[in-house]
Amino acid sequence: MHAVTDKPPGWLGRSVERLEDAALLTGAGRFVDDIAPPPGTLAAAILRSPRAHARIGAIAIDAARRLPGVAAILTGADVAAMSAPLAAGIKAPLECWPIAIDRARYVGEPVAVVVASDRYIAEDALDLIAVSYEPLPAVVDPIAAMQPTATLLHDKLGANIASDRSFCYGDPAAQFAAAATRIAVSVRYPRNSCTPIETYGVIAEYAASDDAYDVTANFMGPLSMHPVMARALRVPGNRLRLRTPPDSGGSFGVKQGLVPYIVLIALAARLAGRPVKWIEDRLEHLSASVSATNRVTKLAAAVDADGRVRALDWDQIEDVGAHLRAPEPAALYRMHGNLTGAYDIRHVCVRNRVVLTNKTPSGLNRGFGGPQVYFALERLMQRIARELGLDPLDVIRRNLVPTGAFPYRTATGGLLDSGDYAGAIERAVAQGTLAELRARRVNARGQGRLYGIGYAAVVEPSISNMGYITTVLTAQERARAGPKNGAFATATVAFDPLGCVSVQIASTPQGQGHRTVAAQVVADVFGLAPADVRVLGELDTARDAWSIASGNYSSRFAGAVAGAVHLAAQRLAAKLKRAAATQLNVAPDDVVFAGARAQARDNRDNAMAFSRLAAATHWSPGLMDAGDHALRETVFWTPPELAAPSDADAVNSSLCHGFIFDFCGIEIDRVTGAVRVDKYVTMHDCGRVLHPGMVAGQITGGFAHALGAALYEEFAYAPDGSFLSGTFADYLVPTAMEIPQPLMLHMETPSPFTPLGAKGVGEGNCMSTPVCIANAAADALGVDQVELPLLPARLAAHFHPREEFPKGTTAATAVAIGARQGDGAMTLHGRGVVEIARVPQDVWAMLLDAKTLAAIIPGAGAIEKLSETHFRVDVTLGVGPVRGDGHALVL
Amino acid sequence: MPRLSADRQHSVRFELNGREVEAQAEPRMLLSDFLRHVLAMTGTHVGCEHGVCGACTVEIDGMAARACLTLAVQVEGARVRTVEALAPGPGRLSILQEAFRRHHGLQCGFCTPGILMSLDIFLRAHPAPSEIDIREYLSGHLCRCTGYAPIVAAALDAAEKLREADIIG
Repeated sequence: MHAVTDKPPGWLGRSVERLEDAALLTGAGRFVDDIAPPPGTLAAAILRSPRAHARIGAIAIDAARRLPGVAAILTGADVAAMSAPLAAGIKAPLECWPIAIDRARYVGEPVAVVVASDRYIAEDALDLIAVSYEPLPAVVDPIAAMQPTATLLHDKLGANIASDRSFCYGDPAAQFAAAATRIAVSVRYPRNSCTPIETYGVIAEYAASDDAYDVTANFMGPLSMHPVMARALRVPGNRLRLRTPPDSGGSFGVKQGLVPYIVLIALAARLAGRPVKWIEDRLEHLSASVSATNRVTKLAAAVDADGRVRALDWDQIEDVGAHLRAPEPAALYRMHGNLTGAYDIRHVCVRNRVVLTNKTPSGLNRGFGGPQVYFALERLMQRIARELGLDPLDVIRRNLVPTGAFPYRTATGGLLDSGDYAGAIERAVAQGTLAELRARRVNARGQGRLYGIGYAAVVEPSISNMGYITTVLTAQERARAGPKNGAFATATVAFDPLGCVSVQIASTPQGQGHRTVAAQVVADVFGLAPADVRVLGELDTARDAWSIASGNYSSRFAGAVAGAVHLAAQRLAAKLKRAAATQLNVAPDDVVFAGARAQARDNRDNAMAFSRLAAATHWSPGLMDAGDHALRETVFWTPPELAAPSDADAVNSSLCHGFIFDFCGIEIDRVTGAVRVDKYVTMHDCGRVLHPGMVAGQITGGFAHALGAALYEEFAYAPDGSFLSGTFADYLVPTAMEIPQPLMLHMETPSPFTPLGAKGVGEGNCMSTPVCIANAAADALGVDQVELPLLPARLAAHFHPREEFPKGTTAATAVAIGARQGDGAMTLHGRGVVEIARVPQDVWAMLLDAKTLAAIIPGAGAIEKLSETHFRVDVTLGVGPVRGDGHALVL
Repeated sequence: MPRLSADRQHSVRFELNGREVEAQAEPRMLLSDFLRHVLAMTGTHVGCEHGVCGACTVEIDGMAARACLTLAVQVEGARVRTVEALAPGPGRLSILQEAFRRHHGLQCGFCTPGILMSLDIFLRAHPAPSEIDIREYLSGHLCRCTGYAPIVAAALDAAEKLREADIIG
């Protein structure tokens, strides 16, 4: 550990080099696809629906089954026979299976799984499976899906609305009646995902002798999904052993979405009678892993003339895609306790609807619910300023939760633990030199340039209450189901016979550096160096301590898990101090651990090696208090503040609430419509900072995701539900060229509710940055409505006249190829004229000859003559890496 | 150029990280799969299999190349270097690797091997790059964890340290 070895103890708060890095930098990481699977493991490949909505008729698997190397083929019928649907978070007649059963509801939905001796052969076999699809109309837009005439995704539900709940806190109606004005925004938040560079991976085994599954997957939790998977597999919880690999290539929430694939591959292993491994490819990941929800929000405020907001009226329509997969509709409720953001607003009404559409099911994604909520709330604050002729920053300031009001109970039940919002803003304004940025705007506008400034003030929740999702249920339904709340974090600290320290955490790290911080925490308690402490981050549900709250989500590591590590180490330290006190002949309180020694506070020479003390229980149990030991301590920690939702639907949805204030200056190119971020300032208060380097990394990383969401990234669907962004050439992830470096500012108001005073910091910019940039774009253009992502074409429409087609062409010929809209069929259309200098009958003779026809149709394969004038041709068409198979009827 | 048959395995001989290796591959096998699953060199990672993310970048005859867009049989007789070759010895890190650790230039570490390979090659040819040079060069790689800023800082720092080492050496 160079660069820090000379400093005194106190590892926390310092940017020590990470213990994870040496292996990762030398190619010695152990990711799921690096682990040697059991001998005889087979490879799986998944056949997926090319249609957004279709009844599935016959699935012809014989040809695939005959391919040498193919061991088994799993279809919906097998899955229905061997398992149960995945349990949903709400009570509704919805069945969510990991594979299409009789009906495909989104492009990419699994239809069959081939298990073969290697992946190449498994993919060969996919091409030999013929599925008969009967197309159904697809519905992609959530508003259209709510119409009574819309095609139904789940017939038993009788509508596409899975949940419709209204809430009222305070007396919003009276406030709207009394306020000077009502100001509203109507916004849409798009679909996107943080797309970790490592895709999903599962290795599954089934032991028929025990009726037990053993699965290794780069799943990130929450472990509340373990019972969901065990029930789906129809085994007791103790017969689903779930393990995670030591390393995982990023997640950002996305690797929660492994749940249906863990079930699917486990079933494939059972059917094949052999271990099965599946590594998702990128096209699969983009089209069918998981997506953040898109949301349509109407948000109105009752506003006084000075910009003071008296009440909010939320109407949120959440599009969860084709299935309501647990833990959804959690994204709609995660922010419930902080729907008033950073503001002191006492009256709130909310209507939340959950809608199903023919798109990939939604799930966890960095910011989870926050980007959607803050896009509406902070666009509203800017709109209020615009309509009332006020400075947007003054409107923010006027409504903040006052300094000194913490802990502050929000109208919807959240408990904002600590903060100084006004102080943070003033520091950011000064240190980020807002005045200079304003001068830059004046100057740019003077030159006729499109320059705007945006602001966003955001409360960043972390450490989710496991009960918040039950807010979707009525109080009566909750009473029947029993209360759900809390969030147990676990950590184990142990000594071996040489007195060395090991730590095990159930936070399933995905690259954040949990092992390093846990080592810092323990090193501080025992007077050791972080490198002396071995930390295991992989999880084994059969052996390790865990709870349903375990996993890597809701930015819970720093506040909850590092705190649990601290408590476990402290318990052992207290025991060791009593043992050392006897040997050093001092009071236990006068024993200090420093420099790898236990020593008397006032006489450093009166000391013993820490390792000797730590090993004592192994060799001489008598040195400990009678019947006690200092071998191993496991702490389960949950904060009392995370109570179940009240009968009035008030919920403290998260334990900690950090604060972020962002402002930025952007310029929109008058010719191209491209956005250039001129300056971005982001002020964070995430409580006590445990590792500044990692906090900075979380901020720059989250900022990059957010910038992508603001400017480039969108899971795009055609009106017929076909998926338009299936490669990294279509789904545009920003590179080093697109991401500017934000100015990061910090202040620390420790959380009173966590053992170390830390709060989460990983997700905040995903909540603040998209809307901050959107506010700047609205400011630059002087418009009310801006839509994410801020694509050049969308922005240019505000200042370029509408383009007309050149004379002589029509819209029909200009758009030569396009999917037919609305009928659910994926049909390629083309149109064109070729003149051939031959008499017509020659041309007809040529066209009606099967061999000639096959030769002139690009990508033609097998050709079948149906009649004198009808042919059926198998066609393979490809553009770049994307390839599609289809049939053409030629007449 | 040997004639290859699509339906059988062919012997591929090449130099991998300074050692001669030989193994069997079907003509359609990707170099990335060959390195990882046949030769057990799992440091080279696969992120997209269509040449955009850059995680699988390796060095072939001195040039950076996507292992996912290269067939195993194409490296017959070539010199290939992967991330496993970068450290000067067991338990040690190269100047570039150390700079990444010092600047927190990685989080999950999945894209890192490809980025290290690209930068290792780039810094040999461009010992004094500007920040924009590095950003432009890195635009062939996707990283979802870091936001790139610490990677750029690590690369600039490594370039400086490599120049110093060169002067001293």
